[in-house]
Amino acid sequence: MLDISNNLLSAKNINKSFGAVIAANDVNIDIQKGEKVSLIGSNGAGKTTFMNMVTGYLKPDTGNIYFKGEEITKLNPRIITQKGISRSFQIPQIFEPMSAWENLLVALGTSKQKNSFFKDARSKNNARYIDEMLERFSLNEFAHRQVSELPGGVRKLLDIAMALVRKPDILLLDEPTSGVGAEEKYPLMNTLAKALSGEDLTVIFVEHDMDIVQNYSDRIIAFYQGAVIADGNNQDVLNDKKVKEYVTGKTQVKAKS
Amino acid sequence: MLRNLLNNIIFQSVFLMTTLILMGIFIPNWLVFVVTKAIAYGLVGLGIITLMRGGLVSFGQGFVFGIGGYSAGLLGVHAGLTDAILLLFISFIVTGLVGLIIAPLLARYRDIFFAMLSLAFSMVLYGILIKIDAIGGSDGFVLPESTYFGIKPTTDYADYVLYVVSILVAGFVSILLRYYYNSTPGLIALAVRENELRVEYLGSSAFKVAVLNFTIAAGLGGMGGALNGIALGHIDPEFTYWTTSGEFVFISILAGYLSVPAVFLAALLLELVRSFSGRYFPDTWQLILGVFLILSIIFIPSGIGSFFKNFFDTFSKNKKS
Amino acid sequence: MIDEILTIILDGAIYASWLFIVALGLTFVFGVLKILNIAHGGIYALGAYSTATLAPIFYSLGMPEQFVVLTMLISALAVAIVITPIMERGILRRFYGQDEVLIVLVTYAIYLVLEDVQKLIWGMNSLYVSEPRELLGALEFGSLYYVGYDLALIGLAIFCGLTLWFVLNKTQSGKIVLAVINNPEISGCMGVNINKVYLAAFFVGAFLAALSGSFTAPLISVQVGISVAVVIESFAVVIIGGLGSIPGAVIGALIIGMARAACVHKLPEAEIFIMYFCMAGMLIFKPKGLFEGVQARKI
Repeated sequence: MLDISNNLLSAKNINKSFGAVIAANDVNIDIQKGEKVSLIGSNGAGKTTFMNMVTGYLKPDTGNIYFKGEEITKLNPRIITQKGISRSFQIPQIFEPMSAWENLLVALGTSKQKNSFFKDARSKNNARYIDEMLERFSLNEFAHRQVSELPGGVRKLLDIAMALVRKPDILLLDEPTSGVGAEEKYPLMNTLAKALSGEDLTVIFVEHDMDIVQNYSDRIIAFYQGAVIADGNNQDVLNDKKVKEYVTGKTQVKAKS
Repeated sequence: MLRNLLNNIIFQSVFLMTTLILMGIFIPNWLVFVVTKAIAYGLVGLGIITLMRGGLVSFGQGFVFGIGGYSAGLLGVHAGLTDAILLLFISFIVTGLVGLIIAPLLARYRDIFFAMLSLAFSMVLYGILIKIDAIGGSDGFVLPESTYFGIKPTTDYADYVLYVVSILVAGFVSILLRYYYNSTPGLIALAVRENELRVEYLGSSAFKVAVLNFTIAAGLGGMGGALNGIALGHIDPEFTYWTTSGEFVFISILAGYLSVPAVFLAALLLELVRSFSGRYFPDTWQLILGVFLILSIIFIPSGIGSFFKNFFDTFSKNKKS
Repeated sequence: MIDEILTIILDGAIYASWLFIVALGLTFVFGVLKILNIAHGGIYALGAYSTATLAPIFYSLGMPEQFVVLTMLISALAVAIVITPIMERGILRRFYGQDEVLIVLVTYAIYLVLEDVQKLIWGMNSLYVSEPRELLGALEFGSLYYVGYDLALIGLAIFCGLTLWFVLNKTQSGKIVLAVINNPEISGCMGVNINKVYLAAFFVGAFLAALSGSFTAPLISVQVGISVAVVIESFAVVIIGGLGSIPGAVIGALIIGMARAACVHKLPEAEIFIMYFCMAGMLIFKPKGLFEGVQARKI
């Protein structure tokens, strides 16, 4: 069965459970090119599980996932990445003993079809590209520091920058601001928004801060106990009764117009 | 300009090789032999550090060491092939191919399981070798004397000629490996060591890295085995025994994966400790070796390569570009 | 025909029991401390040597000969009491939390040291203590003839396995050990003295290694080099059964024991490498052994 609609990403009737815990309950999500979608919901609602299934780390029990009309349900993360879906991680997955510069060099190497075994990886072309990438994410000053010593926000940005080297069609961001101090959050999101602005990129991100969600996405999908309970533009979703009850809680959230 | 030349891999290697070859003329014969054996062990160790750069350690390099030694020996005895250089090259190819065949099986595993599966392979080979009487069973057999381009050196010079050949071979291999370690695939292997999942999520295959590195390690292990067999003039199943494999792991851990020359230095240290304690304390050389091993792991945990990585090496911690 | 099958089963059971006793301490230490201890073979040899030394002294005192079993226990205890502080406190503790393969290498170094320690203490001569083996006489099954001591090994294996299982699952201190196996960090936070648990677990492992040596001493000539094969044999058992699993060690020992007994009778050429063959086969098809643990989610 091929998905013939022009959705970029399409998840159909996804179910997934871990023992008694239902992580995905008949999830149907279609994403169009260029959308900036945020996934909200309490911990354990199924947001990260959804990301893990889209990127092939987990396989759904039932249901299918399509990317550009092609089924990717059973593919592994590597193949899915090669097809054009990249992701970042809640806990940055970066190469700790290397510098930020070298981390990006690895990302650049993995994005190429063929790499020579006898050519120095630090070629002038590679260096120019990496310097540009660091500039774009405002990471220049950290270029040659070992990443295990870098502050949380910088690590997050580097993790995202690495995902972007491949020029993916879809970028999945798993809680880009978690583990980052309150005063660091907005600068981080601004840097990120600036870095992503030039690209014709579809972004799906998991986020708990509703202010950030409203500021940086144009569509919200709310999860509760593995099911999608609301899906639509920011205002509609945040004003939804169920979302208020199960996700955003009693705190008043004012939708911006 | 001069600095560039000094940092050039080929220049460094050629300088080191020339020095060693000239030194060989003046050092005593037993030391020439010890260095040759150290190079044989060092080649195997180079294979293991290549694996280590990708996050794996093989506890069964005796497997390829044995295959390399036996192929060189059998070709010498049965096919009349005695050219040392040719034998080294053929063993490299043969064990490289064997490595390529079993690598996909091994490359699925990590950590202790990879180490133990490789050990199991070497033990199966050991079990077979001691049973085949046609190739000497547990006694092994004697190799014919080596020739070089059709010339058989006189007994006085045989050791020195092999010493020169092994330095040339080791130098050549080291240069190639240094290029590999510095290249993008070499860097990706280091990334696999740190975080395999992320490498997969960047679109590269950790499995392929493991297969490639294991194949290289197998080829080098086989070449080391052939050199060791030629140097000793004898081969037996002990080549594949787990204690032999343990010595290779020791060399690699002592050297660390940060530096190529450190591997040969570590192998030389092992051989020197072995021959000194073997000569002066024949009953307790294992004790000395064991204590030496424990102390070196305690006091230089990242290997002796960490001492001169700045001068010699490649991607190392916090290096400024 | 029936006789042959019975022989294979009994031979296999005896050999499996011996393997199990040898491997039990190894798998237990791996389970708790995550250390694959190559020196286990060396401790085994020390157990054998000390029994071979103490038993003749015991006999010369003219004690009732059944009590020789006590001597064997005491010699195993003595070895464990001497070895544990040196190895665990003195050396291994420095490496906790480091790469597993590095720790294997450290235990290999200790193994090398123990090899020469044996030579230094007992010299190059072979020691014999066959007397205990005559203790239980012989048993006949039809035309088959078995030494009672060999059959008693089956009982000893069952006893050791059940005792360890009971202590782990039914006693307070056993449950603490299980908690540490499960999650050392959290157990540590909850007030468990991890260092003490590690020391105790290592002591139990060392005692079991020495005990297996003690009980093997009457069966062999105790001499230089008895540990080297034991290392591989016990490794094969725990690799087949899954590192750190006691039921796994039972299965691993039975597989190798039976396969080897069958080879001895049916295919003697294969006797030596059947064990490696079992191990390689298991690693190829089920590399984490029959009883592998569950892996936690990474991202």
